[in-house]
Amino acid sequence: MEYKRPSSLKPTPSGFCPGCMHSLATKLIADVIEELGQQENCVHVAPVGCATLNLAYWKGDIIGAAHGRAPAVATGFKRTNPDRLVFAYQGDGDCAAIGLAEIMGAANRGENFTVIFFNNQTYGMTGGQMAPTTLIGQKTTTTRYGRDPLTTGYPLKMCELLATLEAPAFISRYALNTPKGCMEARKAIKKGFTLQMENKGFSFIELLGNCPTNWGLTPLQTMEYMDTNTIPYFVPGVYKDKYAEVK
Amino acid sequence: MAKQLVKGNEAIAEAAVRAGCRFFAGYPITPQNEIPEYLSWRLPEVGGVFVQGESEVASVNMVYGAAASGCRAMTSSSGPGISLKSEGISYLAGTQLPAVIVNISRGGPGLGSIQPAQQDYLQATKAMGHGGFHVMVFAPATLQEAVDLTYDAWEYAERDRNPVLILMDGCLGSIMEQVEFPPMKEPDRKGTHAWDLNLKEGEKRNGRLLTPYFPEALLEIKNKSHKMMIEKWQRNDVKVEEFMVDDAEYVVVAYGISARVAKEAILRLREEGENVGMIRPITLSPFPKQSFRNLNYDQVKGIIDVELAIPAQMHDDIALEVLGRAPIYEYCRSGGLLFDDEGIYAAVKKIIDGGAK
Ligand SMILES: Cc1ncc(C[n+]2csc(CCOP(=O)(O)OP(=O)(O)O)c2C)c(N)n1
Ligand code: SF4
Ligand SMILES: [Mg+2]
Repeated sequence: MEYKRPSSLKPTPSGFCPGCMHSLATKLIADVIEELGQQENCVHVAPVGCATLNLAYWKGDIIGAAHGRAPAVATGFKRTNPDRLVFAYQGDGDCAAIGLAEIMGAANRGENFTVIFFNNQTYGMTGGQMAPTTLIGQKTTTTRYGRDPLTTGYPLKMCELLATLEAPAFISRYALNTPKGCMEARKAIKKGFTLQMENKGFSFIELLGNCPTNWGLTPLQTMEYMDTNTIPYFVPGVYKDKYAEVK
Repeated sequence: MAKQLVKGNEAIAEAAVRAGCRFFAGYPITPQNEIPEYLSWRLPEVGGVFVQGESEVASVNMVYGAAASGCRAMTSSSGPGISLKSEGISYLAGTQLPAVIVNISRGGPGLGSIQPAQQDYLQATKAMGHGGFHVMVFAPATLQEAVDLTYDAWEYAERDRNPVLILMDGCLGSIMEQVEFPPMKEPDRKGTHAWDLNLKEGEKRNGRLLTPYFPEALLEIKNKSHKMMIEKWQRNDVKVEEFMVDDAEYVVVAYGISARVAKEAILRLREEGENVGMIRPITLSPFPKQSFRNLNYDQVKGIIDVELAIPAQMHDDIALEVLGRAPIYEYCRSGGLLFDDEGIYAAVKKIIDGGAK
């Protein structure tokens, strides 16, 4: 297999921190877009968070949404431009905290677009505060002694939450700390986009990622951390699939 | 074209459809509910899209997305909901996307009252959101004017790539009046706007970026051009009705429903030989500054700001043009309590007779 830059990414140096899985997620999506020949047709609704850096890398058309509002922006765009391939990329603060209403609304309406949800269990962009997905006991700049469920509740499981809804077509979660996880994630992104192109409705693909900078770990350590802490709580798998036959 | 008897909110909704608006998202709030209700069935009839959003925040952001696809888009609300929309309106202005926002306003801060009022003047004209941008604000006083201003709103929004606000109160939104609707405009959806992300037939074009995020130097340039746009509005786009001001010794300043009621009072005062006139801003932003500069201050003995707002919100804009050359009086009701022509008549009479300070 040839390892190269997908054609839908610009040859711009990455602004993500070294070892950050945002760049991996970006590459996986770009790769699928290339495989499906959607470089010109795709529209990327960008969030507010570290993934805002994607504004500089992505060759395709981009709409920058307000923090948490990407699913609403994507709704307005896709409903008035149904032929375009539309995906929103959201961080865990963006999607699971400030944008909870927008993601639930869009998913519940079964909007025909795809949300890629990058869950690194922290607010990367603003310097590592607690996210709704921060694990119990995890230290962040706003949970100095570790997340305490008595005052902050429990990490929010977006796939499980959305899977209670009737409308969504495909909901699944993958961890990006192994090649296997990456390959499965890639397949799921392709499936989500394919479902959208066949007008089959809303798909939500959660990617468990890292934030070496704010976790205070080396990239390699983050991968082990994910195995022992993240993955047991956020269990990868398919949570809803109305179209098991679509690959 | 024949005249039709319609309700204010529905007049705005139909005028939007005629103007080529093909996307609406909104969240229920009194006293504007007839706008989403009407558009929920009317838009699909003309190939448009209606979405009942999960909130005002979501709705205005849907409008942002629809505007990005080159579609004429609108949202409407009232006080509390307009506050929630301010994030999205700021994003529209920052990203330079056209859209029309309707505020059928009500009284007071917080939940306020659901009765008609004009308490949102300052929000509308000074800060529809964070970041120091301005929007054009149209304030109709009749339903025909509401129709005409709504019909034209996208021409301005698209010319400027900036949202336009229609500020009307719950009274005008609820009354019925005869209006004549303009002809249907068919929207052009084929990638013809500088900002839209449409693809023309067979076109391969991408890398277009719509965002309010700019590097410092570019953002300063962008803010400067926004300032130039506002200055241009003041030169070219002011709409105002000057009613019997030539010989006026007392000039009422009122907009929307207040101006309508004030006109009755002025006609009666005129019958009694009092030289009273009125400046009625139709665009609150740009504010009709020139109308105040044109007044003969050797003749004008007083300016009377008549608003359904306490504290009076237009007062500062008036004072900035009058510059102390005449006293400015106020006659205001608020909280959802209306005044009648009798009340305005008596208030102006008292001022003329020297009974008011
Ligand atoms: C309305 C609003 N509130 C807060 C912020 C500040 N802010 C920017 S990014 C961010 C959190 C991002 O976290 P996440 O979505 O998890 O993305 P990550 O950076 O971790 O990928 C916040 C709170 C903002 N831009 N807008
Ligand atoms: S701060 Fe964290 S999430 Fe953001 S780029 Fe750096 S490592 Fe990635
Ligand atoms: Mg995060």
